[in-house]
Amino acid sequence: MDIFVSGLLLAGTYALIAMGLNLQYGVARIMNLANGEMIVLGALAAFWSFTAYQISPLVTLLVAVPLSFFGNWLIYKILLRPLVRRAKSQGQLEVDSILATFGISFALVGIMVSIHGAYFTYSFLANPIEILGTTVAQNRLVAFLIAVVIGACLFLWLRHTRSGTAVRAVAVNAESARLVGINVDRVSALTFALGGAIATAGGVLISTFITLDASIGVIFTMKALIIVIMGGVGDIRGAIIAALILGIVETAVATLVDPGLTLVAAYFIFLLVLLFRPQGLFGRRSV
Amino acid sequence: MIRRTLLKVCASTAMAAAVGLTMTLGAHAADTVKIGAVAPKTGPLAGGAVVTQWPNVELWVKQVNARGGLKLKDGQKKIELIEYDDKTNPAEHIKAVQRLATQDKVDFIVAPFGTGFNIAAAPIYAKYGYPQIAVSAISDKIEELTQRYPNLFFTLGTTTSFAEGVRDILVKMKNDGKIGNKIAMVNVADAFGIELADAARPLFKEAGFEIVYDKSYPLGTPDLSPVMKGAKASNPDAFVAWSYPPDTFALAEQAIIENLDVKAYYSAVATCFPAFGGKFGSKINGVLGAGGVNVSSDKMQAYRAAHKEITGKDADYWASANTYVSLQILEQAIEGVGSLDKEAVTQYIKDNTFDTIMGDIKFENQFSNKFWTVGQWQDGVFHGVSSVNVDGALPVIAKGGWN
Repeated sequence: MDIFVSGLLLAGTYALIAMGLNLQYGVARIMNLANGEMIVLGALAAFWSFTAYQISPLVTLLVAVPLSFFGNWLIYKILLRPLVRRAKSQGQLEVDSILATFGISFALVGIMVSIHGAYFTYSFLANPIEILGTTVAQNRLVAFLIAVVIGACLFLWLRHTRSGTAVRAVAVNAESARLVGINVDRVSALTFALGGAIATAGGVLISTFITLDASIGVIFTMKALIIVIMGGVGDIRGAIIAALILGIVETAVATLVDPGLTLVAAYFIFLLVLLFRPQGLFGRRSV
Repeated sequence: MIRRTLLKVCASTAMAAAVGLTMTLGAHAADTVKIGAVAPKTGPLAGGAVVTQWPNVELWVKQVNARGGLKLKDGQKKIELIEYDDKTNPAEHIKAVQRLATQDKVDFIVAPFGTGFNIAAAPIYAKYGYPQIAVSAISDKIEELTQRYPNLFFTLGTTTSFAEGVRDILVKMKNDGKIGNKIAMVNVADAFGIELADAARPLFKEAGFEIVYDKSYPLGTPDLSPVMKGAKASNPDAFVAWSYPPDTFALAEQAIIENLDVKAYYSAVATCFPAFGGKFGSKINGVLGAGGVNVSSDKMQAYRAAHKEITGKDADYWASANTYVSLQILEQAIEGVGSLDKEAVTQYIKDNTFDTIMGDIKFENQFSNKFWTVGQWQDGVFHGVSSVNVDGALPVIAKGGWN
């Protein structure tokens, strides 16, 4: 039970890290290497408002997420749309967007270092709570619950609304979506912005229980990439299931075998998925 | 388009920087002492370097310049500081040192931050003949390294002495009847953690302790609750973690959540950071960690006050002071020689005793055998409780819960 509950909470963290990138890569086709920096930016906002003004990270969330949505929308409109416009193929856009977002990540790291170069560490809801006989931290539980809410909203929106269907249509095939009258450019921009906002929300929540610093973003980008590729690009269910698998397996290995082997286990599963289902758990075979 | 714009921005920044540099060179070339500093401002070690290393460089340069500069035979000269970010990458570090030596032509360089960096960069410092007074470097290979590099000095101690410091404290607590003999030990799975755990294992066993939990975890583990649950289940009397900053914070948080009931709790690097005390407040009263200072000494109080006033940050309770001491040694050696002759300054460091904020420092075989090993949070201050040849250790107290 310990393993299940702790694993579930860790999975919530992983889902927060990966859902944003999944949208950005799956729909807007931007391989966003600055995804980790968006997470760290959220963490910095939470840390800064908590230590300077004693503002609860949950309040910061309400401010930071819309700001991040707008900021990411601007990044897409100003920096990335020219790349999308001139790209002759999917491959070219991927290469260009990797280079551009790599550069953006450096700029963001530089800005954050100049604001606060040391560790972002503070205490928020660092109290124990008993769930199904297991002691867990309240801050992890809160992050998990919000991750569930975000995941469920995204899933329902994508499945059951008109605009969600348009997003899925763009994810499947941007050209055909344009033929049936979907404004691909607008959908891509909004999805990219939404992905960035989710990453920032993740950062705000994660900072309540993980100590981050300005240059740690790349670690999160890597983890997000693994989860997105494992789950299948462009399907939010994939990211959530992959996060669940990683969370529970890592916790099980740490508890039953050795904490030193968690990374080995995670990469082993990743390898298995790549070998036997290279398109990811929920991915479509490319045509 | 974007790449072109980016290129343009990069090029113009580089040009502005180059112009700025030559201008400062032109203006001051004859009447300043140029000091280089290379350490991380980004990358995994940046969070530690901006607490321990950079503020002390800033503090020292400002203080020396405020009193008119370094006194040399041909008059007093102010310090001109040239800083580079090594991005926590040894190759970048070596490139930056090369640049400092050949293009900026600095007179002296502040030693690198981190054990690995001090060892990796030692050949390049030796090649250009710069004295390298290493601070944040703990190794058992000091004798071998100082024999190979005649310009390399160590000031913070050896791996074994740190493990011995922890052992001595635990033995004392056991003899006083404060703890039993069961230790849970964890370490971060990189060179630092593995070396310390390997050094500690036989020491603890010889001292009659039983290690009931002994595990490592990868650097950057996002959830340490399985580790803490495992340690708690082994029912230890003492908990020892050879940890790095992010996990030092995470382990303490998990210990509070799980209510790990031990009378002795030790975590290594960053336990001494003001941010650690700031995060946990009174809950970490009695927590042991690597380092320590004697805050009651007048010189140390003056140093800590100046650090806060000039850099706006609190000094940490360990290597901040040692870093400042290394700069005091460099300052006194340069003034003692009265010129910028690197070889003479290196020789002066070997031959003389230095008056520092940690008392008199003297090198024997390029090693200063005077440092703190274990400190403890007591009433909001991290006091030294175990040292090698430093005065002012406070008696250790038993940890009484996490409240």
